[in-house]
Amino acid sequence: MAELTMVQALTDALDLALAKDADTLIFGQDVGLNGGVFRVTQGLQAKYGEERVFDTPLAESGIGGLAIGLALQGFRPLAEIQFVGFIFEALDSIANQAARWRFRMGGKQNLPIVFRTPFGGGVHTPEMHGDSLEGIIAQTPGIKVVIPSNPYDAKGLLLAAIEDNDPVFFLEHMKLYRSFREEVPEGYYTIPLGQAKLVREGTDVSIITYGAMVLEAVKAAETLAAEGISAEILDLRTVSPLDIERIRETAEKTGRVVIVQEAQRQAGVAAQVAARIAEHSILHLKAPIARVTAPDTTYPFGLAENLWLPQAADIHRSAKALLAY
Amino acid sequence: MTKHQDPLTKQQDYMTKQQEQMTKRNDPLDFEQQLRDVPEHYPLLQILAEDGTLKNEDLYQVLAPTDQELTLIMDWMVWARTYYDRTEKLAKQGRLGFYGPGVGQEASQIGSILAFDKQDFMLAGFRDIPQMVMHGATLENVYLWSRGHVKGNHYPDGVEMIPPQIIIGAQVVQGAGIGLGLRKRGKAQVAFTYIGDGGTSQGDFYEGLNFAGAFQANFVLFIMNNGYAISTPREMQTAAPTLAQKAAAAGIPGIQVDGMDPLAVLLAARKARDWAVSGKGPVLVENITSRFGPHSLSGDDPTRYRSQESFDYWSKRDPLPRYRRFVEGRRLWTEEAEEAAIARATEDVKRAIQAADEVPAQKVSDFLRTMYEMPTAELQEQILFYEEKERA
Repeated sequence: MAELTMVQALTDALDLALAKDADTLIFGQDVGLNGGVFRVTQGLQAKYGEERVFDTPLAESGIGGLAIGLALQGFRPLAEIQFVGFIFEALDSIANQAARWRFRMGGKQNLPIVFRTPFGGGVHTPEMHGDSLEGIIAQTPGIKVVIPSNPYDAKGLLLAAIEDNDPVFFLEHMKLYRSFREEVPEGYYTIPLGQAKLVREGTDVSIITYGAMVLEAVKAAETLAAEGISAEILDLRTVSPLDIERIRETAEKTGRVVIVQEAQRQAGVAAQVAARIAEHSILHLKAPIARVTAPDTTYPFGLAENLWLPQAADIHRSAKALLAY
Repeated sequence: MTKHQDPLTKQQDYMTKQQEQMTKRNDPLDFEQQLRDVPEHYPLLQILAEDGTLKNEDLYQVLAPTDQELTLIMDWMVWARTYYDRTEKLAKQGRLGFYGPGVGQEASQIGSILAFDKQDFMLAGFRDIPQMVMHGATLENVYLWSRGHVKGNHYPDGVEMIPPQIIIGAQVVQGAGIGLGLRKRGKAQVAFTYIGDGGTSQGDFYEGLNFAGAFQANFVLFIMNNGYAISTPREMQTAAPTLAQKAAAAGIPGIQVDGMDPLAVLLAARKARDWAVSGKGPVLVENITSRFGPHSLSGDDPTRYRSQESFDYWSKRDPLPRYRRFVEGRRLWTEEAEEAAIARATEDVKRAIQAADEVPAQKVSDFLRTMYEMPTAELQEQILFYEEKERA
């Protein structure tokens, strides 16, 4: 086993997918020779050729349409949208066309497309690059939304997304790309989509989160532990479909729930998790459901990111409030 | 009496003039010249005169149609006109959902589709019903699609087609993808699609055309320029004098065709397909046509935005009488043939609407099952809920 960053783990997954299935194609802006602006596709064009790993003209809707057309010809397109802020240009292809395809065809045709895109804040990108837009796609039936929080999961989830016969929106947090390394097994493995992972077991409070907020949750849990409070952390890994069983289990186990998302409060996933807990588990709760989110403003300017993004201290404060309820 | 110029001077004069003209044309700041020059590159392709006589014998020889092909065109144009007539009645009786009539566009429709193979991939617009039927969709599909039933999208096996595109322009980016896929598979087939004059203003029109050009995709795109995007006239869509010239920006051939002349449309479509299938990249074909009726039967009244002169101008160019005169002149079309085509369409419509009436109602539980390959836990809960509701 080697210690890999998330970028390296993702490259490894793409490499294995290209080797496994000749119909797998990677395309997007600058993904060929340049290996993508984050180098996730580094070296893949040299290894698999320009027919399978290729640059596209600079137009996201064109990339989305290309993915649909190629999937209709039996390919498995892995389309990269350079930054999540650019997906609005491709939203018709992703949320309107690809997501409804199987339904529209009465189950007789499907589009096995993975749209990969970097997202999330904290790395001082120019504006309109780093928003957390998973809620927009997660509220769309017919497409799955996957968000890994670490290199090991990133590899297994991406390979599962590529194997999946439905369209998958795969979000890679920019801050996690190179922030740490961990042991990632060599060779092919998948992590089933739609399954959350218990990152830390606890008994007093459940922190349900995903993406870069998992790291903040771990920090908060450590502080809580030092104070004698046992926090459980559930990493959703897939935000659509939600793992409603594991969400229910942890909520009912601790009776206190803090849902953490980097996106704004009005932006979706945490609200859906809260609603499911309210529907299924409300009588097990000892305190109201809490949400820790970014405020409901537009994604902030670079110099204000740290004022805006939810942090471990916010999670800690929220958990303490539930304990004191 | 003026002196004759000697040949050498004449030649010199000629060269000077050429050079002047070249300089003029090459003057990057002569915007007016630039604008004047563009339409010259997109002359109108026409084979039949408006009275149905042969106008361009040379092009006719290039097309070299067989008698059987000539008859087939008439047969299907009459079929289409009858289909529109009968379907409008059904729509007015409230037996259909959305319906966009295509009366007037039959030459552009039938002429184009006849250039393609069954294995070519068709991406239809909503007005392209005759082409869909000729490409293998059933009329039952068409009526179920109009009503809003999933079985409208279940074409017979082996039919290379996806349902009519609603988001104008999406068929172009998707067509580019299918065309690229065909090229990657090494298939001697093309993807082809249709868009209206209004559709050429969409970003996806340009993106798709540009992608198809950049990837040299096996792709043919027809603009069905019928003069109006619902009510907005063609002139308001763009400052460009032709829509065909939009090909130039993508670096691909563009051609403007008399869309009321089925032979010109067929020739353009064949040449475009030949070009695209040989790996040279996509072609843009602008068919200049007219819809005689409303945009759709959902409340559109074309007299609100169209003058009587416009109706008169175009009805004089009705492709059916025009082409009928041509085939009758060649003794390829008779009253009996006309009646047979009408009877065939009438029977097809009758059978299709009956079949559509017999299709079972849709179930939400079935919808829930077709969202993903395997229903998620959330969906399973909802399936149980709706199954119970459906049993009640």
